[in-house]
Amino acid sequence: MKLLFDRIDEPGLNTLAVYERRGGYQALRKALEMSPEEALQQITDSGLRGRGGAGFRMGQKAGFLPHGEMAKYLVCNADESEPGTFKDRELMQKNPHQLIEGIIIASWAAEINRAFIYIRGEYAQQADILEAAIAEAERAGYLGERILGSEHSLTLVLHRGAGAYICGEETGLLDSLEGKRGNPRLKPPFPAIEGLYRGPTLINNVETLSTVPHIIRMGGKEYAKLGTETSTGTKVVSVSGDVRRPGNYEIELGVPSRHIIYELAGGPPEGREVKFWFPGGSSSPVLTRDDLDIPYDFDSMAQAGTMLGSGAIIVVDDSHSVLEVAMKVAKFYAHESCGKCVPCREGTNWTVKMLRRIEAGEATPMDLDIMASVQEQIIGNCLCVLGDAMAMPIGSMIEKFRPELEAEIEAARRRAEAAELHEVIALGVADPEAGPYPVHSAH
Amino acid sequence: MSALERESRIHPGDPRLDEGSGAGRGGPRDRRRTSAPVPRFGHGSRVPGWDEAVDLSKDPALIPDPSTPVPAELRQRIEAAMAKYPDRRSAVIPALHAAQQLHGWCSPEAIHQVAAVMQVTPAYLTSVATFYDMLETEPERTGHHDVYVCTNISCSLRGADPLLEAMVAAAASSDGQVHVRSFECLGACDIAPMASVDGEYIGPLSPEDAPRVVEDLLAGRPVLPDRQLRYRRCADPEVAEEAGEFGPPQDLPRADAAGLGAAERATDRPGPTAAIEVTEDEARPEEDSR
Repeated sequence: MKLLFDRIDEPGLNTLAVYERRGGYQALRKALEMSPEEALQQITDSGLRGRGGAGFRMGQKAGFLPHGEMAKYLVCNADESEPGTFKDRELMQKNPHQLIEGIIIASWAAEINRAFIYIRGEYAQQADILEAAIAEAERAGYLGERILGSEHSLTLVLHRGAGAYICGEETGLLDSLEGKRGNPRLKPPFPAIEGLYRGPTLINNVETLSTVPHIIRMGGKEYAKLGTETSTGTKVVSVSGDVRRPGNYEIELGVPSRHIIYELAGGPPEGREVKFWFPGGSSSPVLTRDDLDIPYDFDSMAQAGTMLGSGAIIVVDDSHSVLEVAMKVAKFYAHESCGKCVPCREGTNWTVKMLRRIEAGEATPMDLDIMASVQEQIIGNCLCVLGDAMAMPIGSMIEKFRPELEAEIEAARRRAEAAELHEVIALGVADPEAGPYPVHSAH
Repeated sequence: MSALERESRIHPGDPRLDEGSGAGRGGPRDRRRTSAPVPRFGHGSRVPGWDEAVDLSKDPALIPDPSTPVPAELRQRIEAAMAKYPDRRSAVIPALHAAQQLHGWCSPEAIHQVAAVMQVTPAYLTSVATFYDMLETEPERTGHHDVYVCTNISCSLRGADPLLEAMVAAAASSDGQVHVRSFECLGACDIAPMASVDGEYIGPLSPEDAPRVVEDLLAGRPVLPDRQLRYRRCADPEVAEEAGEFGPPQDLPRADAAGLGAAERATDRPGPTAAIEVTEDEARPEEDSR
């Protein structure tokens, strides 16, 4: 069943002509015939959960916005930066009008007249495509004043970011969109009450909004029949790392994870086995090969102690060490921490330092306990979840791969000692025959 | 040093570098080289200039006079950006982008010009420019080429680190024309390991491709056109089957793909997704290899 990826490789789908020929903007017409409350009810009935990471129900979130005449905003989060995630890129590049249609419908349902797409600066090509599509939609009367003769008016502006992971966090994104450094804000107030320019703001991910036209077309109740009871619908999963066919796959939520990793993405290369995998981007606690049969949906992942996140599966095979991957994860979050909250700023840096100690052969097994406690002290103690996003996977790696990390500590210590001994021998201080430790000769 | 000039990053040759700190704690471990040495400043701090007192005799950098001369195109682009938002300050990032394109980097002069048009303080713009990775606060050669090599998890699992080394080595001979740096996840793990070459996503790359990338850039050719992301077909097998319903995908030549032989075309990729005007005789059905 393909909704978002339905014939997405059709040449020219990014143009209005092809999109309309395939029935594009019919869902918008249908939605505009409904009242905003009815349109919102369809979204609520669909059970659609946010595809950006948190998995919050979209209908509920849109329902938090106050009603009536006021400056309200819709922001589409296209700052896709979670390592391993590239679904929004393909959706925007190949089918930009699907997203624009979703934005117009969502803004109608939440009675919003001003919308922004915040796209990460590195997606220059996708931004150009979206800009061209917005211009086409404006010319065709899908954007602007009194859309298709209805009561609804909407201006849509594409905003390009400039490279900062933290701007994918919703309040960091709002600050960045206001022209500031992208520092997260204290919540509450939540953006639905006080967001962009202090007005009520609805923030949704590209994939979430791209799904909205399909919900209106099918009817919310019909859409809810897809997937599982609590994780409805389809989801685009980005599979990368040690698999033979990395790429985006649209699946119905609730299929076994093994199906995605082995049947769709081809599994790890010849002669290799899955060692562990991230089920929802690099921020999610890792799972091992014993967990491959867990159904891929929000609740099953939560029960397994991890999360569906952005739906990005990163597979690591047995040719890589846990330490190597942990180091990459920790370095990334240390680089991207905005520095506002101490536990995150210091915790991410200390984790990198402690991992370096292991590599350098200076660590003892006790360092693993210290590292685990640092992770615990980050979680829940910051304004946003960037620190947690490092603490959760690192914590899970220590928990699940402790014997390997301990062996790594010991091996690195031996390597360092051997190197030191070499140096001592080269200086002519010790006798190479005397064994690993230089022995002082008796007087 | 004028009010606008400033130093923002650590230079290895910084006279303020504190030689004594960071080492010399004694004991056998001092001899052991562990990780890369961290530059240290006064009292072992990693932040240069933290102990320098503010020069109170200097005039503060105020909002520049609106009549400050600004190149007409830059002024027009900034004003157009400001008009798009309810609050003009939202245009800071687009404005700094435009200034960077003109000046090559966010130089004190560029910041001053943006500040004059937007009527904000230069310090405010500097605070924003230093936050974002794509805004350069160090001098760059104008007209240089940017190569961002993704070194995050998915790419590194597939060999991004040797690729970065090869790319740095290949660019060394380019006389500063080609700038290579590692970058966090660029959102193209399906073509890992990959690089963004002047904004064009290319992959998968191997270290052997590095000299070709630099050659193509310096020659002004499209870089490795058969591996550009824009031509990549969706990996989902069912989508690939559905695409067949609409006849073989047309391989529309890109405007700048001149000179690319038929053998070099990626036969399993559909036409580009960006609208490109093609005359009737140019558009021809492609032999679908699938």
